[in-house]
Amino acid sequence: MYTGPENSYLKQPRGLKSWLLTLDHKRIGVMYLTAIMFFFLVGGLLAVLMRVELSSPARDVVSAELYNRLFTLHGAIMIFMFIIPSIPAAIGNFVLPLMIGAKDVAFPRLNLASWYIYVVGSLIAVASILQGGVDTGWTFYTPYSTSTNSAVITLTFGAFVLGFSSIFTGLNFIVTIHKMRAPGMTWFKMPLMVWGLYATAIIQVLATPVLGITLVLLIFERLFGIGIFDPAMGGDPVLYQHFFWFYSHPAVYIMILPGMAIISELIATFSHKRIFGYKAIAFSSLGIALVSFLVWGHHMFTSGQSELAAMIFSFLTFLVGIPSGIKIFNWVATMYRGSISLKTPMLYAIAFLLLFTIGGLTGIFLGTLAVDVHLHDTYFIVAHFHYVMMGGTVMALLGGIHYWWPKMWGKMYNETWGRITAVLVFVGFNVAFFTQFIMGSQGMPRRYYSYPDQFAFLHEVSSVGAYILGFGFLIMVIYLIHSLYRGKPAARNPWGALTMEWEAASPPTTHNFDKDMKLEHGPYDFDRVEVEDEEMVKA
Amino acid sequence: MSSESLSTRPAHLQHHFADTYQQGDAARLGMWVFLLTEILLFGGLFCFYAIYRSWYPDMFINAHRHLNVWLGGTNTVVLITSSVTMALAIRSAQLGKRREAVYNLVATLLLAAVFLIIKYFEYEHKIHLGQLPGKFYTFQGIAGSNPHVFFSVYFLMTGLHGLHVIGGMGVIAWMIQRTRRGEFSPEYYTPLELTGLYWHLVDLIWIFLFPLLYLIG
Repeated sequence: MYTGPENSYLKQPRGLKSWLLTLDHKRIGVMYLTAIMFFFLVGGLLAVLMRVELSSPARDVVSAELYNRLFTLHGAIMIFMFIIPSIPAAIGNFVLPLMIGAKDVAFPRLNLASWYIYVVGSLIAVASILQGGVDTGWTFYTPYSTSTNSAVITLTFGAFVLGFSSIFTGLNFIVTIHKMRAPGMTWFKMPLMVWGLYATAIIQVLATPVLGITLVLLIFERLFGIGIFDPAMGGDPVLYQHFFWFYSHPAVYIMILPGMAIISELIATFSHKRIFGYKAIAFSSLGIALVSFLVWGHHMFTSGQSELAAMIFSFLTFLVGIPSGIKIFNWVATMYRGSISLKTPMLYAIAFLLLFTIGGLTGIFLGTLAVDVHLHDTYFIVAHFHYVMMGGTVMALLGGIHYWWPKMWGKMYNETWGRITAVLVFVGFNVAFFTQFIMGSQGMPRRYYSYPDQFAFLHEVSSVGAYILGFGFLIMVIYLIHSLYRGKPAARNPWGALTMEWEAASPPTTHNFDKDMKLEHGPYDFDRVEVEDEEMVKA
Repeated sequence: MSSESLSTRPAHLQHHFADTYQQGDAARLGMWVFLLTEILLFGGLFCFYAIYRSWYPDMFINAHRHLNVWLGGTNTVVLITSSVTMALAIRSAQLGKRREAVYNLVATLLLAAVFLIIKYFEYEHKIHLGQLPGKFYTFQGIAGSNPHVFFSVYFLMTGLHGLHVIGGMGVIAWMIQRTRRGEFSPEYYTPLELTGLYWHLVDLIWIFLFPLLYLIG
């Protein structure tokens, strides 16, 4: 049995029904976290299965058709059901109202509805397996997706439903941030996590409806042959790619911006130092959100758009490097001469810095027209987006889970095992994906279940990396669940952070705070606010 | 509870807001953001329209002549009138005239129904002639390549709009119930106001659809 304080949100009110009908943002956050981690597990197992198949050139465990269905499902689950909702819906729901001193998000019922929409959408999408799965890849490119016999309609309809969940979360956050901040918290006294979630919410609201209508058009194309994407009926298959990436490129920033938001908190807290360039970090989030809408064409350098368009998209793509670079430099400058404590969350933050930098720089390779033509649809792309999404967002998510774990459950996890796992995950990740950069630059195409012998060694190494990574996650599950039962009780503010969520009890009571909150100091005023020592737990 | 203590909190004020103003402000902002997503949803279809119109201008001109301008025009008047009655309903609620508010809401609901009935006759006629989307298109009388694309655009846009009308009718019916039960007062009528905003958007989208599909030659 979970043992924690009686008056916490986890115990009051009691009963399954009180959870399923809860309007408490913290419970909804926990429910999201559970669902999302379940899909992370499923998507991860699919990845391991693919790595087993790829560990030798021959056809070992799955057929070519099954392999196509595997990577489609892996991609769709990881993108639509795990990484896009992960940080905003799970972590964001839990911490956002606490961080701005509010009692809840602006629309608690909408919040609960968005969780149910998420679950229903996920079930519909996963039900496509019962119809034999989908073999198009998670992007559902036309014209193949309108002619294949696989269950495209089920999966895309699931993704369409999931989009509403994302829109409602974003809408809720925008209104919450605008209208519910505690007295005294001006825009520039908000924690940077809140800025990051705000920028993310803007993209969620502005981009997701376009994906929604695109998927509806795809479904109608299959059902009625309306002729929008089919050249035989007067349509244009590349138009689908334009529509699709108009959402899905900004969606990449729905994934990374909240990750960056977490990193700002982690770096400031564990360097015990005022964050360097607060406004620059805040505005760079909005800058990334803005530029994200202008770069979708870099997914289509090789699909026959005009050379002028390709050049413009290439230039705009380079622009993303500026706000991203600003953030990286500011984080490093914050760490410079800080008193850094290498706790588990900070290890993930450092992993993020290293991996995201590699992911970002290889993005510049791909944004360069001539180089992209060579690297297009190779493992270089696979490695690049795994470095950004997994090396970036997932590392930030893990850092965030460890950082707020004491607040969420009122329990400390085992720090030693936490650190060992962080190292294991970092090593496993690099072994699995750095090899793929090399393979890609040598011409190994993506989405192939078999390959020439020359790639055998690198594929084998990559598979071993994936197993190490999987092993690391297994240990994490064990010590985190163990902490719920046997973990030491957490103090209010175990890390000595200055943002508002640490003024609530651990775990918080149902209405978050015992009093009405008022801002007394900025989120990073480490130079003038002393954190009382007895609050800290020696871990 | 910053300004209002527990005993003076009005019934409609939810626990996590400090006062009525904060709650109303939040609701209005939320509704505007939602309407923005609605416009973007239709935006994809407007893109579809714009692209195909520029590729096949002659076909669009020939095909649009097969829409009935008189029925479309009548529907435009019907929907604008319903927007007026919606606005009057909110005005009545602001003044505390409950019965008037109910009458105006009922009028809005009836006008919405008239819109759908007229739309039904238009659809019925096109289905009869075989002017249908994509592969179901069988009509012979339109020159130009791929006239089925025009009717795909037509049915998708008016269909999505029609679904919004049906959704709006559900919400308006619910608002009639709540107004009759006396839930609204000059101090609190936010749900009515938001329903009005939504209904005006539904009206506005039709005001764009009508000239684009029926009038431009």
